Amino acid sequence: MTKTQYAIKVGGQAGQGIKSAGQILAKVATRSAYNIFTYTEFPSIIRGGHNVTQVVIGEDEVTAPLLKCDLLLALNQDTIDKHKDELTDKGIIVFNSEGRIDTSKVRKTINLCPIPFTKFAADAGDKELLENTVAIGAALAMIEGDLPTLTDLLKAEYGSKGTDIVEANKKAANLGYEYAKSQYSKNIKKVLVKKENQEKKMMLNGCEAVGLGAIAGGLQFAAIYPMSPITNILHVLAKYQERFGFIYKQPEDEISAINMAIGAAYAGARSLTTTSGGGFCLMSEGYGLAGITETPLVIVEGMRPGPATGLPTWSGQGDLQFLLHAHQGEFPRIVLAAGDIKESFDLTMKALNLAEKYQTPVVVLIDKNICDGDQSYPLFDISKFALDRGKLTRDKKENYKRYEISDDGISVRSIPGVGNYFIANSDEHDEEGFSADESDIAVTQQSKRMRKLVACEKKDMEKPVLYGPENADATIVSWGSNKGSILAAIADFSNVNFLHITWMNPFPTDDVKRILSKSKYLIDIECNFTGQLAALIAEKTGIMILDKYLKYDGRPFFPEEISDKLKSVLNK
Amino acid sequence: MTQLSDLVTKCSPNWCPGCGNIAIWGAFKNAAVQKGWDNTNTAIVAGIGCHGHIINFIKLTSFEGLHGRAIPVATGIKLANNRLNVFTFTGDGDCLAEGGNHFIHACRRNHNINVFIHDNAIYALTTGQTSPTSPHGFKSKSTPQGNPDYPLNPVALAIASGATFVARAYAGDIQGTTDLMIKANEHQGISILDILQPCVTFNKEISHTFYQQNIYKIDASHDVKNKEAAFKKALEWGEKQIPIGVFYQIEEPTYESQLPQITNNPLIDSNPERNNLADLFEEFV
Repeated sequence: MTKTQYAIKVGGQAGQGIKSAGQILAKVATRSAYNIFTYTEFPSIIRGGHNVTQVVIGEDEVTAPLLKCDLLLALNQDTIDKHKDELTDKGIIVFNSEGRIDTSKVRKTINLCPIPFTKFAADAGDKELLENTVAIGAALAMIEGDLPTLTDLLKAEYGSKGTDIVEANKKAANLGYEYAKSQYSKNIKKVLVKKENQEKKMMLNGCEAVGLGAIAGGLQFAAIYPMSPITNILHVLAKYQERFGFIYKQPEDEISAINMAIGAAYAGARSLTTTSGGGFCLMSEGYGLAGITETPLVIVEGMRPGPATGLPTWSGQGDLQFLLHAHQGEFPRIVLAAGDIKESFDLTMKALNLAEKYQTPVVVLIDKNICDGDQSYPLFDISKFALDRGKLTRDKKENYKRYEISDDGISVRSIPGVGNYFIANSDEHDEEGFSADESDIAVTQQSKRMRKLVACEKKDMEKPVLYGPENADATIVSWGSNKGSILAAIADFSNVNFLHITWMNPFPTDDVKRILSKSKYLIDIECNFTGQLAALIAEKTGIMILDKYLKYDGRPFFPEEISDKLKSVLNK
Repeated sequence: MTQLSDLVTKCSPNWCPGCGNIAIWGAFKNAAVQKGWDNTNTAIVAGIGCHGHIINFIKLTSFEGLHGRAIPVATGIKLANNRLNVFTFTGDGDCLAEGGNHFIHACRRNHNINVFIHDNAIYALTTGQTSPTSPHGFKSKSTPQGNPDYPLNPVALAIASGATFVARAYAGDIQGTTDLMIKANEHQGISILDILQPCVTFNKEISHTFYQQNIYKIDASHDVKNKEAAFKKALEWGEKQIPIGVFYQIEEPTYESQLPQITNNPLIDSNPERNNLADLFEEFV
């Protein structure tokens, strides 16, 4: 599957507009009716340091980054030095002929396409930043992309900066494009020939998907403190708050974020907060507060490698067991993990329903690869989604009891200001909410709360999806953003299947046990050191997965790596 | 109208006899009766400490949160439903130690909420340790050799942090406390009311007698709009030199008034159903 995909890498210094160059190329692709996937690597600094963005283009859905690279768009020497060996034979390097670039160590099979970026930038408008646009134009020519589509995008991108800037960029793109087309026509590949009248495609990253999912899910209040990799979620929510009538509030820290969200939810607003693992450390006390006060709350946690500051701009999956166990004592928590950008949209939307239905915190785990990567999709369809606010009343009730004992553990929730008296109490409490430490009350209230998970398991928990054949020689079990790379890899194997798990608590024990018991060979794939999903599977099902393929360097699994792993296992 | 009997719950106060919290509780109930605060228009939030038990003794819908975190919860409530009177009960340890960061940021944001600090200059619920407002040299279980730290001045801190209403009450003056609670709620914006209260069990140094001998009421000659004068007054502390009353009050737009989303109706009255997002999705094409 990955063989039919074309991979472009754009590299340069932080501040050179690397990510934006990649995104423009990706958008030319989606507007020409192709699918894309982008993957960006960058250090935690704003200027300097090596940045690289990969754009993978395909006719069919693209779900993963690739190790290979077909076209390297090098804005500095570093890019060539670091990535030349990723190039496929007959791959192309587009670079600045005036940039004193040394290509002597590049393999002879590679096609070198030097282009006078600096001269063309000066011709177009004497702006250093225009070198980027020259480069984009040149790269586009090498894959036979559509120049008018690019110029439309440049117009949209720079329109707010004035006509001069737009025209200069159009000229720069044109100069790069025409030069590459005339000088290197032999090396041009028909990768991006524009297809007309195709279905429209969205291109978005996981942070945008969470923001849109929250809006679609009826979000009314969000309090979020900035932190990589989830900061873009707050950018999306801040931007759209007035248009959709919700409030985004920037708090002083994550402790305040979760407590504000709890306060707003208690008062009747659908609420959400998001953070990364470090911020969630601060939120842990509020997590259980939402649990005991039975306050609906959605927490989206975007993972990066820890501990402490760890690898702040890289990806990890080390927080699963943390989210399953954080906070003192026990309370019902629903923990979901999205496997890709679309799933993070769907799960955020659903989580807002689940939180109100079960009056408890719901976590959606994502990771940096999901947060920062872009993928193309048909326009999302939300027609099947219906808002469910659960047992919520704004009517005045006689003898109202906020924490009334019920079979499913869910009591009727009311809000302040409607005449019903109750206490949302962080102390253990009786049915009205008064502080209480009697044994019978402690037992009935705790068991009432925990029964909500049983109800959730029966009514809402979804089965894990098994991709590939029912019976296989090897079964991969995984979660989170590994999904895309695993799907890309197993497409080339007829005898491998993949169990993708999204419900972590409650856990689909019976289905996982049934599927894994049938498997001939099990491989657990995760981005952490200890195999946290494998530990959860062992705890719930008793099945020990012996072959754990783990990565904890902040990088994603690439399909090529998984493919190699499968070959080695199947050839044993 | 609210009657005193409407505010009675099944729980009797479990504070020590003579505790300043009893007087604050009484003062607040009187204010609620006078102004008609009830379950259709009011929510209260408390932190953790002796003060926090108050939620069990007033029949007004409430949220008892975590130690130090009452203010963020109150902020969330106000943003979700700005029709509500929101009262935050907190203590000197709760608000100024564990919740210090929330306190200073709440002061600069001008949410239209009330923060009442039950300030007894000691940690009482944990049986007597030094708090952020305990005097230098103060002997307690955590500072048997005398407190080496210097106390924080909540009134000066609130003014410096940008609060738009800053006052101090003495719990033993129940009528005066009631009046200040009402003034605080009538103020549009963040209202900080530091309420001096003795802890009769663990803080023998700072007693009712001490306050009665040393407080004085700020008179009409004080210009509450003058930040410098307010700050100067806030720094007064000593024999016969503890001012009570309003130190500072200015009008600034409240946080809530700056949000077009809630100009006409509270957030909770907005419809969260968003069935047609095609235009939004188009922006990502």
